[in-house]
Amino acid sequence: MSYADKTQEPKMLEIKNLHARIAEDGTEIIRGLNLTVKAGEVAAIMGPNGSGKSTLSYVLSGREDYEVTEGDILYNGESILELDPAERAAKGIFLAFQYPVEIPGVATMQFLKVAMNEQRKARGEDELTTPDFMRRVKDAAAKLQINTDMLKRPLNVGFSGGEKKRAEILQMALLEPQLCVLDETDSGLDIDALKIVADGVNALRSPDRAVIVITHYQRLLDYIVPDTVHVLYKGQVIKSGDKTLAHELEANGYADIIGAAA
Amino acid sequence: MNMQTTSRLTAAESALIEAFNEQIGELPGNGAVTALRDRLLDDLKKQGLPTRRIEAWHYTDLKNLLRNVPVQAGDAGSEAMEPLVEGSPVLSVIQGKAANKASAGDLQVFPYSEKLIDGSAAAGLDALGNDDAVGRINGSFVKDGYVVEVPEGTELEEPLEIQFIHAGGDVHTRLPVAFGANVKGVVIERHQSVTDNAALVSHVSEIAVGQGTELTWIILQQQGAEDTHLGQIRIDLGPDAKLKLFVINAGGKLVRQELNIKVSGEGADLTLRGINLLGGDTHTDVTMVLGHNVPHTGSTEVIRNVVFDRAKGVFQGMIRVAPDAQKTDAKMACNTLLMSDDAEFSVKPELEIFADDVQCGHGATVADIDHNHLYYLMARGIPENKARAMLVNAFVAEIVEELEDEALVEALEGVISAWLEKHA
Repeated sequence: MSYADKTQEPKMLEIKNLHARIAEDGTEIIRGLNLTVKAGEVAAIMGPNGSGKSTLSYVLSGREDYEVTEGDILYNGESILELDPAERAAKGIFLAFQYPVEIPGVATMQFLKVAMNEQRKARGEDELTTPDFMRRVKDAAAKLQINTDMLKRPLNVGFSGGEKKRAEILQMALLEPQLCVLDETDSGLDIDALKIVADGVNALRSPDRAVIVITHYQRLLDYIVPDTVHVLYKGQVIKSGDKTLAHELEANGYADIIGAAA
Repeated sequence: MNMQTTSRLTAAESALIEAFNEQIGELPGNGAVTALRDRLLDDLKKQGLPTRRIEAWHYTDLKNLLRNVPVQAGDAGSEAMEPLVEGSPVLSVIQGKAANKASAGDLQVFPYSEKLIDGSAAAGLDALGNDDAVGRINGSFVKDGYVVEVPEGTELEEPLEIQFIHAGGDVHTRLPVAFGANVKGVVIERHQSVTDNAALVSHVSEIAVGQGTELTWIILQQQGAEDTHLGQIRIDLGPDAKLKLFVINAGGKLVRQELNIKVSGEGADLTLRGINLLGGDTHTDVTMVLGHNVPHTGSTEVIRNVVFDRAKGVFQGMIRVAPDAQKTDAKMACNTLLMSDDAEFSVKPELEIFADDVQCGHGATVADIDHNHLYYLMARGIPENKARAMLVNAFVAEIVEELEDEALVEALEGVISAWLEKHA
């Protein structure tokens, strides 16, 4: 168990025997999942299609379409199951979506400002002044090579796939969350965009922040090097290891591990 | 016979006729105008207010909905309101009376009462047809308003705001505006209550849009919570004229906005955008009759409605394409957000197409807030109430953003958010 033990950091996220299903039809997707992520850790979650990776990210964020039927999610030692998505976000949980939705009529800049200020309000901090807000956005956008013209458009509307992913990382950089969950952030990115996004994520790595990278392929993990790798299959973590596990998966596929776990 | 007719009148109908009798002698007009008024009132006596049995009034049974005619007016003061967009020229009609005589820039401005007195208003005073109850009421009672003439080639640098300031009682106004060729500009027709006294307002705008003129006309209706607003706009679009017509309803208890539009010049184009913000126990009806009368014209109509509480809304959109109006391109959409289980919105699109080479389409949606959008905003830490308000706002703000003037967009977005803050 040395892979996850290299620091004495406190547990930031502790998922215990989690069971979750789709609210609408009762299909169980997460079936007894256990996972611990410490402050400062970058944890990769890999797994074949349909293993429950995206569902896990939605359940962490508090999406209403999923119901937790058993188990618990502790964040900094406290259960978050009763919190709605806005409350979880204000506590520092951020999900970078695989498919960010387009919201016509909501100006990107206005959205960013409201989100930042609402989170600050929830934490008892002062609202940002407009110049301070503008400066932060400009700096963060420059680092991610985001054209500020893009930010004049309605939220995600008409953004290319790559632009949407970058916009997600921009939001993450501005909101400064403690726990970042990246759901398939590499999908749809060419190699240059992937590097920019990975640099953006790496810039946020810090001893008091944890990152969960959900990905299908090992490729992203060449750029965001994880401390731990967890294999998800049929709604459970069936194997955990260090970054070499990702290379093993890339070379041999999931069949061996799934076979061994069965 | 006469007795029978009278006995079927409702309280509101009787009160209207009574009001007319009381005002005889005060209503301005020469012989021709007076004769026309008498005939219009006579028609009103005979036919009464329209009921749901009249096709055009099927969803707005005026006879039943209009319970009484308010008589008690409050004090409207004598001052113009601050214009919506800072620095724009203002013409005010206060409690039905033209308050300015001044001309604004190159514009020729006359009080409408002068045109009634000299009889030149008679030509346009008649109702549009047998079912035109708004035109009939207005033609019977109208006392004042403005006549504006915008000379050829005028470019209005700031929006021209024409304010109708109401303080209750019954008020009937008229606004004929003639735009010469190649005019560019924005006009705001703003109806606003400044007291809580109930009002019955009828208003008719008549606008002629000359060749090549590019006009944006905004109707902003913010009447009081007890007010009845019967509005009508008659539009004639000349060759290559481009009109953007925005109709925003954010007030009133019983509202009917009639849009009667004739596209009568080749190459003309109409953009209609409507926003209905409805709440409480109100009833709001936007009824459009649009005639594409010549070849090569286009129109798009988008109506967005947000309906709270027990409010009821109606949009009737009739597009007629005349037999030789080939290559007409018309698209109509009506989208509604229902914010409560008791809210209602009725949509009646009608296409009457007599030409064979045209493109006409219509669509309607009714929905709640998109919960994927709500989730996304909440996942960024925006509390549910605030996120909902942002999304409702976005739904209608999208329409406002089509106006290019930033100050105007900001002002109208302010009206919308203020309404939403009060009602949501």
